[in-house]
Amino acid sequence: MNQLSLIGRRLLQLIPVAFGVTLVAFLLIHLIPGNPARTVLGIHATPAKVAALDKEYGLDKSLPAQYLLFLNRLVHGNLGESLFYGVSARTLIIDRLPATLWLLVYATVIVIFMSVPLAMLAASKKNGVRDHAVRTIPLVGLGLPPFWVGIILVEVFALKIHLFPVDGYGSGVAGHLRYMFLPALTVAIGMAPVIIRSLRASMLDVLGADFVSTARSKGVPESRVFVRHVLRNAIIPTVTVLGINIGFLIGNTVIIEQVFALPGIGGLMIQSIFNRDFPVVQGVTIVFAILVVLVNLIVDLTYARLDPRVSLTR
Amino acid sequence: MTDVIVASAGAAVPVERPAQRRATWYRNAPLIAGMTITGLLILVAVFAPLIAPYDPNKQNLAVSLVGPSAQHLLGTDQLGRDTFSRLVFGARVDLRVGFIAVLFPFVLGTFLGSIAGYFGGWIDIIVMRLVDTVVAFPFYVLVIALVFVLGTGERSIYIAITIVGWVSYARIIRGEILVAKQLDYVLAAQSGGLSSRRVIMRHVLPNVITQAIVYAMSDIVQDILAIVTLSYLGLGIAPPTADWGSMIAAGQDFLTTHWQLSTIPGLAVVLTGLGLSLLGDGLADLLRPGQR
Repeated sequence: MNQLSLIGRRLLQLIPVAFGVTLVAFLLIHLIPGNPARTVLGIHATPAKVAALDKEYGLDKSLPAQYLLFLNRLVHGNLGESLFYGVSARTLIIDRLPATLWLLVYATVIVIFMSVPLAMLAASKKNGVRDHAVRTIPLVGLGLPPFWVGIILVEVFALKIHLFPVDGYGSGVAGHLRYMFLPALTVAIGMAPVIIRSLRASMLDVLGADFVSTARSKGVPESRVFVRHVLRNAIIPTVTVLGINIGFLIGNTVIIEQVFALPGIGGLMIQSIFNRDFPVVQGVTIVFAILVVLVNLIVDLTYARLDPRVSLTR
Repeated sequence: MTDVIVASAGAAVPVERPAQRRATWYRNAPLIAGMTITGLLILVAVFAPLIAPYDPNKQNLAVSLVGPSAQHLLGTDQLGRDTFSRLVFGARVDLRVGFIAVLFPFVLGTFLGSIAGYFGGWIDIIVMRLVDTVVAFPFYVLVIALVFVLGTGERSIYIAITIVGWVSYARIIRGEILVAKQLDYVLAAQSGGLSSRRVIMRHVLPNVITQAIVYAMSDIVQDILAIVTLSYLGLGIAPPTADWGSMIAAGQDFLTTHWQLSTIPGLAVVLTGLGLSLLGDGLADLLRPGQR
C-alpha cells in the first residue's frame, strides 16, 4: 500500500471524530443552565444584548439548525467573537498558538533526553539496584500534581538560586529556550513516568530477541548493541505510547501555562473562563482537539515510516 | 491448625488455591506498602476531627503566617488558620471526592464496554465513535470546559470526570470481552439458553472485571490530581473548605517566605498517589499473576 492511500484512509477515519468533536463543543453551550446568552452576558446585560447574542448563536432556531449554523461558521474559520477582548476568537488563538507549540515541542525533547538514558540504565540489568531505582520513578511520578512540580521548580531554580526566570515567554529563540525551560521541564516530568515505564519494558523485550544474541555473539561491544540494536527497536512502541498520551501531555500544558503566566492558548482558556468569555473557551477547546488529532495522525504516519513491518490496514 | 483439620478431612484439593493465595498476598511488598499508606490516609480522613488540633476554617489574624511551633505544628496561613488542621481536613475532602469520582466512570464504562464488546454491530460502532470523540480532547481541557459550563462544585466534578473518564473502562472491558466471547465457557453458557444479560453479568463480567479494577487504582490517582488541579485553578472545591489544591494555590504568594505552605499539601498528594499506585501494582500482581 502506498503512502498516499495510507494517508487517505487515515483521513477518512477522521470524519466521524471531527463530527463528534464539533458536536461536543457545540453542546457545551447547551449544558449551561438557563438561557445561555443570559448566563454568558451576566445578570446586568440589557435584554437587547441578550436578544442579539441569541440571534448570533441562532438560539431562536431548532437544535439541529443551530448545529448546522455552528458547523457553517467553523468551516469558514469563524470561532465567534470574544466577549471580553472584543476581537475574534480566531485572532486571539492564532496569536497565542506559538507559545503552546513551543512548550509542547520543548517538553517532548526534554522527555526524550530524560527517559532514554534512565530506561537504558534500568534495562541494562533487570532487577538490579539501578532497575529498582528507576522503577520507583513511575510510582512517585504518576501522583505528582503538575502545577505543584512547577511551583517547586520556581521555588528552587528561580527564587532561591536565580538560575531561570520566574515566569514569562522571553524573546527570540535563545530567550524562549531560557524562559520556557522550567515550564517545559514541568510538563516533561509529568510525562516521563509513562515513557520510562514503556521504554524499559520494550527494551527488555528487544534484549531477549535473537538478533541481539547474534550481535553479542559476533563480539559487538555492549554499548553498540544497546544503541544500534536495542534502542532503535525499542523506540517504535514508545512513539506509540507518546502518541496515546499526547492528549494528556497537551492537557497538562493548560495548567502549566497558567502557573508560569505563558501567553499560550491554555492560559487563554483559563483566563477566558474567569472572564466568562464563552466563545473563546469553545474555540480553544476545538483547537486543542484538532491539535490532539493532528499529532496522533503524525505519530501514526511516522510509525509506519519507522517500522516497515507496519501497515495501517488493520 | 486449620491446615491440620483440612488435611485430615481429606479436602485439601478444593482449598489449595485460596491457601496458596493467602500464602502469597503478604509476601507482596507493593500491596502491603500500598495498603498501609492508603489505610493510614483513610484513617486520617475519617478521624480528622479527632486528629486536627484546630477548626480548619477558624481564622485568627493575630497569628497569621507564623512558622512551625508547638502550638501550630506546620505553622499558619495568611488568615491565621492552622496548616496542619487544614491538611488533615483536606484529606477528608480530596480522598472522598476522589473515591466517589471513580465509581461513576467505572460503572458507565464497564456497562458500555460490555454491551459494545458482547453484542458488536451498531452498538459497538456507536460506543467506539463516542470513545474516539472523547479521546480527541485533552483530559484537562474537556474537564475544565465542562466544569466551567456546569458551574464549580463537587457535583460538576463528578459529572465532568464521568463524561471524560468512562472511555478507558469501556476500552478495557470491550477488549477483554472480545477475547472472552470466543472461549468455551461463554459458548457453553450461551448454548445453555441463558439470556444475554445473565451471560454478561454472571459469566463474562466476573472474569474480565479484574483488569478494570486494577486500572481503577491508577484512575483514582488521576481523579485526585484532577480535583486538586481544579481547586488550584479556583474551579474545584469552593473556599473556605480545606482542600490540598486551594492550599497550594494560597501558599504560592508566599513562596519566598513561607515555602511550607505550598510544599506540604503537594507532598500529601504525592504520598496519596504513591500509596494508591503501590496498591494498584500489588493488586495487579495478585489478580493477574504472570502478566507482569
